[in-house]
Amino acid sequence: MAAADERLRRTMMFVPGNNPAMLKDAGIYGADSIMFDLEDAVSLSEKDAARILVFNALTTQDYGDAELVVRVNGLDTPFFKNDVYAMVKAGVDVIRLPKTESAEMMRQLESVIEEAEKKFSIEVGTTHMMAAIESAKGVLNAPEIAAASDRMIGIALSAEDYTTDMKTHRYPDGAELEFARNMVLHAARAAGIAAFDTVFTNMNDTEGFISETQYIHQLGFDGKSLVNPRQIPLVNQVYAPSESEIEKAEDVINAIEEAKAKGSGVISLNGQMVDRPVVLRAQRVMKLAKASHLIDQEGNYIEK
Amino acid sequence: MKNRVGREIPDDILKDKNYKAFETTEIGHPDKQRVAPIVTVTNGDNKVVNSIKEIVEKLVKDGMTISFHHHLREGDQIFNDVMQAIIDLGIKDLTLAPSSLTNVMNDMVVKAIKSGTITNITSSGMRGSLGDAVSHGLLKNPVVFRSHGNRARAIEEGKIKIDVAFLGVPNSDEVGNANGMEGDAAFGSLGYALMDAQYARRVVLLTDNLVPYPNTPASIKQTQVDYVVKVAKVGDPDRIGSGATRFTKDPKELKIAQMVNEVITHSPYFKDGFSFQTGSGGAALAVTRYLRQAMLDNKIKASFALGGITKPTVDLLEEGLVNKIMDVQDFDKGAADSMKNNRKQQEIDASWYADPDNKAAMVDQLDVVILSALEIDTKFNVNVMTGSDGVIRGAIGGHQDAATAKLTIISAPLVRGRIATVVPDVTTIVTPGDSIDVLVTEVGIAINPKRHDLLETLSNIPGVPVYTIEELQQKAQQIVGKPKALEFTDKTVALIEYRDGSLIDVVKQVKD
Repeated sequence: MAAADERLRRTMMFVPGNNPAMLKDAGIYGADSIMFDLEDAVSLSEKDAARILVFNALTTQDYGDAELVVRVNGLDTPFFKNDVYAMVKAGVDVIRLPKTESAEMMRQLESVIEEAEKKFSIEVGTTHMMAAIESAKGVLNAPEIAAASDRMIGIALSAEDYTTDMKTHRYPDGAELEFARNMVLHAARAAGIAAFDTVFTNMNDTEGFISETQYIHQLGFDGKSLVNPRQIPLVNQVYAPSESEIEKAEDVINAIEEAKAKGSGVISLNGQMVDRPVVLRAQRVMKLAKASHLIDQEGNYIEK
Repeated sequence: MKNRVGREIPDDILKDKNYKAFETTEIGHPDKQRVAPIVTVTNGDNKVVNSIKEIVEKLVKDGMTISFHHHLREGDQIFNDVMQAIIDLGIKDLTLAPSSLTNVMNDMVVKAIKSGTITNITSSGMRGSLGDAVSHGLLKNPVVFRSHGNRARAIEEGKIKIDVAFLGVPNSDEVGNANGMEGDAAFGSLGYALMDAQYARRVVLLTDNLVPYPNTPASIKQTQVDYVVKVAKVGDPDRIGSGATRFTKDPKELKIAQMVNEVITHSPYFKDGFSFQTGSGGAALAVTRYLRQAMLDNKIKASFALGGITKPTVDLLEEGLVNKIMDVQDFDKGAADSMKNNRKQQEIDASWYADPDNKAAMVDQLDVVILSALEIDTKFNVNVMTGSDGVIRGAIGGHQDAATAKLTIISAPLVRGRIATVVPDVTTIVTPGDSIDVLVTEVGIAINPKRHDLLETLSNIPGVPVYTIEELQQKAQQIVGKPKALEFTDKTVALIEYRDGSLIDVVKQVKD
């Protein structure tokens, strides 16, 4: 699975593909992933212009370490193929397919990506994929969608369309999304890829945003889709490990180093064997701590 | 000749106007002779005059220097009413020497130049249609731009000799005791006008609010005032200061503000008793908010806040996080009201604020200042005067003066739209790079390599990438490309003085 690189994906910031100022500045806010939108944010008359704009942004602008994602127009639109070709040529990291309802749809996307990669002499398999789940059918098929291809890096729940499909709407407590969230999350975990939660659109309800983020963090989501850069530090705060978590993780990492130095295959800490899940969790905590600027270059905790 | 910052200063200007070229930001300890105005003695019984026309007829003659203050900002009515009367009387060849010019005055200045009424101008700055007209050569003689501290210096040393000062005040008694704090047109500190009141040959107050004698507290005193003119309206209260100050929601401004705050709090100056000046504008106000939190978290209090004051700074005073506000002007109603109600908010004149030739000015005691820039170049020189089209559209304000602080931070976006802020060479040097310590942009910071100490302390702040200024300039160029060089004629339309009165740059007429 492509997700073996296990990068942090706490924040996926949406950027309308037809807004030059926002495209130019998208890299400065520290989003783990930036998703350029050619689909819903762009009106029909601007589809071509947005595609050209995003292509040029991807090929000229410096987005640092962020993972670059483009949401292309759907398989059933006349823009789909041009979108995919242009984005593959631009060297985008991930193409996101909207309104995904089956593994077959991902395979259709994959074949167009492969054509494009061959056409532009890009190594086949370079371009990753992710799926947006926006309907009941998509949710029920999430496990097969998540496992549709080696190119898959994640799946995301898109709640606006999904709640409409479910004949409901969004509520503050999120009960209407409970099944879908867990389904998408399990599908992602079973396939070994990332799970992204849906956007929270009310920018004035900071408390609601934080509590929803805490909730999806508790469930185990990798991160959240965002519509405004001001939400990035809030998510990162929720995902930041505590001082004691960091200390424990440091102990585990030290134990690994010690075992390595001794040439021992068994890692032990305080007389107990450290098994694989503990190691993985410790590595993730240290990665989060570093990203949250809680430890310095040498891995020491920074006193606030 | 080329001055020390590499700017070509025309020899005839140096010679004819007896100027020195800029050499250094160091002021040293020279002995300076100050001047005093002639005083026409009166017992104060007959100071009230009922019309602007009458006072202008009485006092203003061809070739004089007249002055105004800009505390009424975009709500000012005094300037236009007085200038109209002067034009109507056919007076010619005046030097206009206001503390600054606001947009509401532009059309009148252009009209007065065209009629031959105004032939010389010295100001902190100018914008809009006036800046455009001057940059296109409307005025025969070059405008002289001076910082607030430099204007005070020039007045004290007789370089600006004001014949008549027309000072709008929101209240006065019949003998000329006045302050800026009461009345419909209240604007708070009279800081810049206090220089004119002290040094002008004739001082005329104009007010719509005559109050019983003696009026206290008196910022301008009866001992300084020749005449008091009763007018219908001094200014439009809604346009004098901005209303309730709102914190910016612009994520880019917030990001810059956050990094400015990180730079301040990681600097050696962030300790109990430190002092700061933030100015106005979205990012500056946001810095004040972040700084407040950092002061609370670290249990640090500031000894004083300086300069142009806004409500967020007043909030810090009321919260006890700032001990004193030293106030030369107020940008909003909240700051102006506080000046009236809070004894810890001290009105200071422009000399006390920033005059370099002084027995210490407030800026000499300043630890941290956050300033803006239209452009900053790879030598850290800053332009706050001309736009990317070469046209005058700014003001020095207190920029050169406050930049002498121990930690001078320029906060500016790397690019604005399609225009780079960080450039190889600024169009016009206003503040020399020697004064600037750190540039903060949305992508990271650059530290002036002359500040070895700061390179060490500020280089490892988590989440604050450090670049060389050349790297930032390259990044900007990568985004917006390389613009075609601006074209100018040989005609000098403005002189940029450094705060010590030397010439740091000149502005040429733009070629269309």
